Amino acid sequence: MNNYQNLITRVQVAGHVEPGIDIPLEDTAYERSGGRLSYLIGKIGNAQLGPIYLGFLGVASLITFSIGFIIIGLNMAADVNWNPVLFVREFFWLSLDPPGPEYGLQVLPPLREGGWFLIAGFFITVSILLWWYRMYRRAIALGLGLHVCWAFAAAIWLYLVLGFIRPVMMGSWSEAVPWGVFPHLDWTNNFSLIYGNLFWNPFHMLSIVFLYGSALLFAMHGATILAVTRYGGEREIEQITDRGTASERAALFWRWTMGFNASMESIHRWAWWFAMLTTLTGGIGILITGTVVDDWTLWGMKHGVVPVDLSWWPITPDSTVSQWGVEPAPPPVVEPVAVEAAPAADAAPAAETPATDDATSTQ
Amino acid sequence: MALLSFERKYRVRGGTLIGGDLFDFWVGPFYVGFFGVTALFFAILGTALIIFGASQGPTWNIWLISINPPDVNYGLALAPMAEGGLWQIITICAVGAFGSWALREVEICRKLGMGLHVPFAFSVAIFAFVALNVIRPFMLGARGHGFPYGIMRHLNWVRFTGNQYGNFHYNPVHMIAITFFFTTTFALALHGGMVLSAVNPQKGGEVKTPEHEDTYFRDTIGYSIGTLGIHRLGLFLALNAGFWSAICIIISGPIYAGSWIDWWEFIREWITWAGA
Repeated sequence: MNNYQNLITRVQVAGHVEPGIDIPLEDTAYERSGGRLSYLIGKIGNAQLGPIYLGFLGVASLITFSIGFIIIGLNMAADVNWNPVLFVREFFWLSLDPPGPEYGLQVLPPLREGGWFLIAGFFITVSILLWWYRMYRRAIALGLGLHVCWAFAAAIWLYLVLGFIRPVMMGSWSEAVPWGVFPHLDWTNNFSLIYGNLFWNPFHMLSIVFLYGSALLFAMHGATILAVTRYGGEREIEQITDRGTASERAALFWRWTMGFNASMESIHRWAWWFAMLTTLTGGIGILITGTVVDDWTLWGMKHGVVPVDLSWWPITPDSTVSQWGVEPAPPPVVEPVAVEAAPAADAAPAAETPATDDATSTQ
Repeated sequence: MALLSFERKYRVRGGTLIGGDLFDFWVGPFYVGFFGVTALFFAILGTALIIFGASQGPTWNIWLISINPPDVNYGLALAPMAEGGLWQIITICAVGAFGSWALREVEICRKLGMGLHVPFAFSVAIFAFVALNVIRPFMLGARGHGFPYGIMRHLNWVRFTGNQYGNFHYNPVHMIAITFFFTTTFALALHGGMVLSAVNPQKGGEVKTPEHEDTYFRDTIGYSIGTLGIHRLGLFLALNAGFWSAICIIISGPIYAGSWIDWWEFIREWITWAGA
């Protein structure tokens, strides 16, 4: 048993390149192109690379993406005065920022003050939507269900909330996320600080649950299937339509472990929903922040998920200081500092007191 | 009854690691085994101690209950029960229960003639927990650096601990972990969606084949990893998400105690940039 964990493919048969399922001509105005075999890739998955079908939608999507991408790059290059060395050195810090709040929802602010940002965002959004339609058309052409398209749409929902729907609801493009490596991390951090700690946003909680849950599910599912590949478990479609011993063992493993099991088909429903709900709930969480709820700490206090008396939760110790070499001593007997209770939540003018967490963070 | 239609023929003796036939039985759908007994022991003890700890705390609000680790001044010693000692015992119970659970999975794998991928994967998750509440506190010289056990309180700990390093998103290993988490979820959506769309085709259509799946992903993105490869990839991505999460918090404090924002200045300072 120990020599059958099936982590890599040890014997490969190199045949001809599979051209793919034939599709009626009206759906293939463009031909598939490319296709070759790679021994190294065959160690992990299928050895065959390609062929790919580009088609009108694929070409249009690539062109619009390239336009947006190049606009972002040129703006960043201009920020370092077109110096290529500086461009590389500063790349992680470079940013193409949205318009300032003074421009509101103006359709085209001056180019270097957010105009390029909107143009780049427009082209990349068009590119994404074209790519979605391409995924949709290919699924239809092959007679498949539309599950992949719907999952993609769930991701697009979060993207549109961040860059379009929420800025429109807030009445300002300045609410959008900047293009840039560190700048988008700064945006994320500031977003949480401004709205009183996003961790208390229940939809943020749900989104994280589904994100971690997706990793958990894929670890469980991937491991289970690999563990029954000696019984042909990776042939999931066949196992779904005609259950074999691989499915039975996989199901019994979880039944005996945790008292419950999915079926070969239902595990993919769990997977699909968990992955989709990550971005669906995440988008809701972003959308209601600043539009419906101004301060998640005050919201949490009002609804009983954050204590009004912060002494209930002792201060988190400073972990940048090691206790090694410090003589262990019983802690000084100090009554917990009773933090002034926040104003009654229903009367709270939210934006003025985002500091409830900061009160204890100065340690 | 707890038995599935095909289950009886799989319920055979053997495969245990410890205890021979002694604990080799089922209760309802659950397999017991020696490690089922130890898992139950640790789980019940740990849960009871959490409930006891809650009874000594200021609230029964399920969201707000917090079982706190000891003050860092206790160092690595056992603190009085009311001042974090409970947290230390509960942590031992948790690790004991998780470890028992993993070994019980090994026994079930052996019984069913399966590979050991699931218990291995679970051990990576256990490593992440141990990294947070055993390894890192040990490296910092104080048990008090573990996270408190509370539904909402542990979020508070994450926030404050992250704040101690400037902006935790700048932690390069945190970036790697997040990238793996997002990629795992992305791949899971594609895999789940692909299989569902093959066995739930358009109205009136026949169930599709792996060749349709390959064609779909080759047509759209130029590569289809295949029915076997996707599970290798998914397991790889998911385990890396957990593993690098553990590493990114272990290095914060014990290895690097400054601001992760400043850490990136090495690009500007350590490298000589001619022409910049």
